[in-house]
Amino acid sequence: MRAAEPPAEPAGPGWPSRLHVVTGKGGTGKTSVAASLALALAAGNRRTLLVEVEGRQGIAQLFGTDPLPYEERHLTDAPGGGEVRALAVDAEEALLEYLDMFYRLGAAGRALRKLGAIDFATTIAPGLRDVLLTGKVKEATTRTAGQRRTYDAVVLDAPPTGRIGRFLNVTAETARLAKVGPIKTQSEGVAALLRSPMTAVHVVTLLEEMPVQETVDAIGELAQLGFPVGRVIVNGTRPPLPVGREVTAAELRRGLLAAGLPADRATVTGLVGEARDQQVRRGLEDSLRADLVELGLPMTELPLLPDGVDRAGLATLAELLGRAD
Amino acid sequence: MPSEDAAPRLDVDQILADPGVRIVVCCGAGGVGKTTTAAALALRAAEQHGRRTVVLTIDPARRLAQSLGLTELDNTPRQVKGIEVEASGGELHAMMLDMKRTFDDVVLQHTDPTKAAEIFANPFYQAMSSTFAGTQEYMAMEKLGQLHARGEWDLIVVDTPPSRSALDFLDAPARLSRFLDGRMLRLLLAPARTGGRSMFTLVTAGFGMFSKVVQKVLGAQLLTDLSGFVAALDSMFGGFRQRAEQTYRILQARETAFLLVAAPESDAVREAAYFAGRLREERMPLAGLVVNRVHRPVVELDAAASLAAAERLVELGGHEATVDVLRAHAALARQSVRERQVAARFTEAFPAVPAVSVTAQPADVHDVDGLRTIGAALSRP
Repeated sequence: MRAAEPPAEPAGPGWPSRLHVVTGKGGTGKTSVAASLALALAAGNRRTLLVEVEGRQGIAQLFGTDPLPYEERHLTDAPGGGEVRALAVDAEEALLEYLDMFYRLGAAGRALRKLGAIDFATTIAPGLRDVLLTGKVKEATTRTAGQRRTYDAVVLDAPPTGRIGRFLNVTAETARLAKVGPIKTQSEGVAALLRSPMTAVHVVTLLEEMPVQETVDAIGELAQLGFPVGRVIVNGTRPPLPVGREVTAAELRRGLLAAGLPADRATVTGLVGEARDQQVRRGLEDSLRADLVELGLPMTELPLLPDGVDRAGLATLAELLGRAD
Repeated sequence: MPSEDAAPRLDVDQILADPGVRIVVCCGAGGVGKTTTAAALALRAAEQHGRRTVVLTIDPARRLAQSLGLTELDNTPRQVKGIEVEASGGELHAMMLDMKRTFDDVVLQHTDPTKAAEIFANPFYQAMSSTFAGTQEYMAMEKLGQLHARGEWDLIVVDTPPSRSALDFLDAPARLSRFLDGRMLRLLLAPARTGGRSMFTLVTAGFGMFSKVVQKVLGAQLLTDLSGFVAALDSMFGGFRQRAEQTYRILQARETAFLLVAAPESDAVREAAYFAGRLREERMPLAGLVVNRVHRPVVELDAAASLAAAERLVELGGHEATVDVLRAHAALARQSVRERQVAARFTEAFPAVPAVSVTAQPADVHDVDGLRTIGAALSRP
């Protein structure tokens, strides 16, 4: 391992930004993709921060660790001496931290919290919650220690596609309620970062109809709101089927006999049916893939991991993401 | 099938045919096929069991909505035409939840038109009725309560919102009614009134300060709007809470059956198990688990044997098509084993909860025929 020299270049040609916002329809595996991306960008002696904002503790579950506190913690090492840290941003904690910074609340802050006043404050103004969450992400992204940035990259496991536009569009949401004051200033700072080339919003999808539809819709919405869209990440793909045509029962029967397998009618029709179903499914997947290609964005495909997303699986996905160009 | 042998089999037809069951609630993580399952169950109840059924969907895929005739967002049930109910005498009605409109209706119902207009114009109401975390969940429950109160249907099938956590669905009514109950609001808006007892001195001081901080951070205009909102809603607080509690009791009653919907993936199964625990705690009737989109090879040949046979054929040469079929079968068999292991985690935790698996359809479902196929798969013995 070489000495801790700050790497000057971005991690890979495919990931030029510093803040990576990962969204996708529920069930597409956006948390796994976000975690793998944080690993990929930490490779080679870098440090990244993986952030979650929805209180789901998805990162802890994925890595099999205790629930994450509101604190940046070592999560895992990356290949080549890198480090991934993790943080679960909590809107209440962020508000207290923010108020403390400006107004030094101390014990009164804790009392308010016991009464549920903080929960209340983050609930009455829906936009406030999101400003606090994105504000914390911005702070971590731009933080420096000495001459270098604390994190080479920050990866945000963001809300799903259905809510991502509203989540990121903090200025619009807060402007409805706060016309002046520090919250307004804060939200403008966040908005500037989120709309700069420092940020990229990546959308994770599966080759299924609803996720692809939501991906197309979300990308349209993000572009309209002026957020830089990064990559489309197609998760859970399967290798192309080698069978280009329908197999006949007769040739399958000959093959099964040659392999010493049972070749009764039920087996032959069963296998022909399985192959046909897979063909239909793949045909649909191909047309959905074509819809995604039409978006004209860089696209990365990740394979369906036969044994699920465990630590080895994350490493595999990280390796593939790191190679994106 | 090992995982299914372990759990008792869920008999969907028995639930749909039972006149004592008036409400079926489908819940589970996002992206597991809740809406499709709800629609398929409702169609089956109408076609096979002759029940006058209404399905309340939250956010259906566009083409599925169209196939149910849900082209207008008018927040009332519409009869679905072109289904096979001649023999059974059932009916299917469908509607899509309009969150804001449902909220508006609640306001209108509880107050006079002048006050309602005042409420509608308030920025807090506008923010809350369209974006408040939990409003969609609460309004889904409100709509369910309304449909139930009308007494027009034999069976109401409800899809639940794609919450960040499935629990929001149960918690939102309580959270919203707590908020609307306004204790905190009143404290915040009138800190002076709460003073007096020494025990609360610190707290009261905190509130004065809090109020000041809110003024500073959010601006005085916001507090004025909030105050107006609270004043206008004041008369409705009792009504809101009462309704939320009513719906909650309906959900606990014997006439309700909760169905958990999951996909054979760790996240979805974990969420389902969490939800099952919650339902038990809240004494809500959990009828069973639907595991959607499972892959089941038709032929019983395990992955290793299938791959080994493919290798033999590669050596022999000349059987390319069979090699491909065997490899595809091996992948399917492997996926199937993995899915069963994942699903078994739920059954280990809740061995008494009946379960049923629905095989993944080769193509996405967005028409009545597709829903019928799913309904049949849900009921196949």
